[in-house]
Amino acid sequence: MVDLVRMLAGTRGHRRLDWTDWLSYAYLLLGLVLMFGPVLWLVLSSFKSAAALNEFPPRLLPYGQASVTVPGHPGPLPLFRVKLPDGSTRQLAELRRIGIQATMIDPERPEEEFKVNIRDRERVRAFHLALENYTEIFGKFAFGRFLWNSVFITVVATLITLLFNAMAAFALSKYRFEGQKWVFLLIISTLMIPPTIILVPNFLVVSKLSLLNSLWGVIWPAVATPTGVFLLRQYMLTIPDELIDAARMDHASEWRIFWRIVLPLSAPALAVLAIFSVIWRWNDFLWPLVVLSRTENFTLQLALNSFQGELTTQWNYLLAMTVLTLFPVTIVFAFLQRYITAGIASAGVK
Amino acid sequence: MASLELKRVVKRYATTTVIHGVDLTVRDGEFVVFVGPSGCGKSTLLRMISGLESVTEGDLWLDGRRVNDVSAAQRGLAMVFQSYALYPHMTVYQNMAFGLENIRTPRSQIDTKVNDAARLLRLEALLGRRPTQLSGGQRQRVAIGRAIVREPTIFLFDEPLSNLDAELRVQMRTEITALHQRLKTTMIYVTHDQVEAMTMADKIVVLNAGRVEQIGAPLDLYNAPRNKFVAGFIGSPRMNFLSVRVTGVGPDGVGVMTDANSPRAAATIPVRGESGLVGQAAVLGIRPEHIHLRRAEPDELALTVMIELLEQLGSTSFLYCVLPSGEKLTVQLAGQIDKEAGEQIEVCFATIDAHLFANTESEPAFERLKTPAVHVAA
Repeated sequence: MVDLVRMLAGTRGHRRLDWTDWLSYAYLLLGLVLMFGPVLWLVLSSFKSAAALNEFPPRLLPYGQASVTVPGHPGPLPLFRVKLPDGSTRQLAELRRIGIQATMIDPERPEEEFKVNIRDRERVRAFHLALENYTEIFGKFAFGRFLWNSVFITVVATLITLLFNAMAAFALSKYRFEGQKWVFLLIISTLMIPPTIILVPNFLVVSKLSLLNSLWGVIWPAVATPTGVFLLRQYMLTIPDELIDAARMDHASEWRIFWRIVLPLSAPALAVLAIFSVIWRWNDFLWPLVVLSRTENFTLQLALNSFQGELTTQWNYLLAMTVLTLFPVTIVFAFLQRYITAGIASAGVK
Repeated sequence: MASLELKRVVKRYATTTVIHGVDLTVRDGEFVVFVGPSGCGKSTLLRMISGLESVTEGDLWLDGRRVNDVSAAQRGLAMVFQSYALYPHMTVYQNMAFGLENIRTPRSQIDTKVNDAARLLRLEALLGRRPTQLSGGQRQRVAIGRAIVREPTIFLFDEPLSNLDAELRVQMRTEITALHQRLKTTMIYVTHDQVEAMTMADKIVVLNAGRVEQIGAPLDLYNAPRNKFVAGFIGSPRMNFLSVRVTGVGPDGVGVMTDANSPRAAATIPVRGESGLVGQAAVLGIRPEHIHLRRAEPDELALTVMIELLEQLGSTSFLYCVLPSGEKLTVQLAGQIDKEAGEQIEVCFATIDAHLFANTESEPAFERLKTPAVHVAA
């Protein structure tokens, strides 16, 4: 905690703030606002009711209409600040409204009714978190289903990606065979092909394999990533060959060497690839859009998209879903990022 | 325990040949040391025996079985690597147990074997530690322990002590020797340090540029090196080499003349030679401890040299001298001396102690007619 404060309040060696300190703080602040502003806006907005979202000018914090429960009336009544004809201002609760005429009562003395022109009144606002945005999406839509689809694709695809890429990287980094360099170059060169170019051929293959409208149709084409092979191969090159020789002398089969020696020692690189893979698969939109056409197979990203209606969009639910969609990726990143730094640090010490 | 036989073993990478037809027999229980300068192929030869490198030509026999195509894991040998090659993510216990797990040894048996090996190598207190938490000597002991637990038929050591400091190296050397005496297992040990070779081996194999120069017991190699390379490699300080010209060949030896214009620069070396040699260049070899500063005896060769550098260790003194021709000569004397650098002195040695070599490194030495009495320490 002290370290955190010291870091946040750090200066350029002197006690007083140098002009470079001002500059760097300004720059960092700008970065913070640019990076974090939209996310903050999204999160705060997701707690606003539909009415509050449509309000102009918008407010930063989620405010809702204040309401009171008046004995003798079912349900809470919305509160307004009303300018009465006698010039005084009072807080009144609305009973009903017809056109521009509203019938209002004083919550203190419910027997007295006022007829008020709606131009003479103003809403009373109170801080209110519209948690129903979050609770209702589970009931109203198949949100749980979408979430499961996304989680399934992300977890399974990441596990298979790690396994396949690690096996390829192991072979490319630790075995000497004819054409090794060419195989590696071939894998790397596929990095230059944009995914949109191979969208149609991929679709044809997946369709022939009858994987359309199946989660596996999203998973299989995604698991072999040249980036992952490259990343892991470069890392595995740093594992000394003597360790593998030692394992061979220890009667270990090649599979066992891979499983017990190479994989554990590649953990930092695997963590990096796992983060990448989770982010890729979770945020993937185009390929699932092509493969999955039935609503029950939709991932969260597709659901978010389909949720945007042609004429109306229920922004409060959409924003809540967006926040929930962002959440797992953020958690994964925050959690595994420590792993990366630890990995880099330990590798640096050696 | 096992015997090993190499028959015309060759290793070739694409176009370069690294091992040129090596023949070698290792008897059961022997401690064999491969020694040679860097890049002579000694490690490659060891890796070929282990199965980590393939054999291009020739046969490798292990206990009467041809094992050219048997994988490293199946040969039943154990190897200790120069960099220890301990698995960094496993504890000392797991490192030692890994090999046994791979051959599906029951848990209880693994436990017994690992604990026995740990006791033997004084590693009991370290079993829960990771290799990074150990010192160099401890790591080396773990590496040896890992080899011991599997009770291999042959232990292979690939320069295991070269990463240790001098003091620890001497200590580990005696530990490995003691281990060999206790286990009585065949051991093959690779080193570039001839002191290690001399002190540990039952049999030394001197390698140079992928060829075996000489195989023999340490003292045999020391007393009767087969060629100039072995003579120069075995022994510390190194044997002195003086270029000479053959002046005559007789029944009692070969007459040579050194370049130095010293009083008795010519002598007859008691070695067998052929008359065609007269007038040709040869190399005379003399070990530093065979040279003395006393007055020359009749059958001795005397040279006038200048002392360049003097090292007095108390029990021994080293004189680094230079001949008028520019050739260097090292003299080792017992005890202390009262000379100084820059002084001109006369040094002598008995012709019977001298070796005579052809001018190239690997041509065989001239056969000696008389065996000199070995200086046996009382």
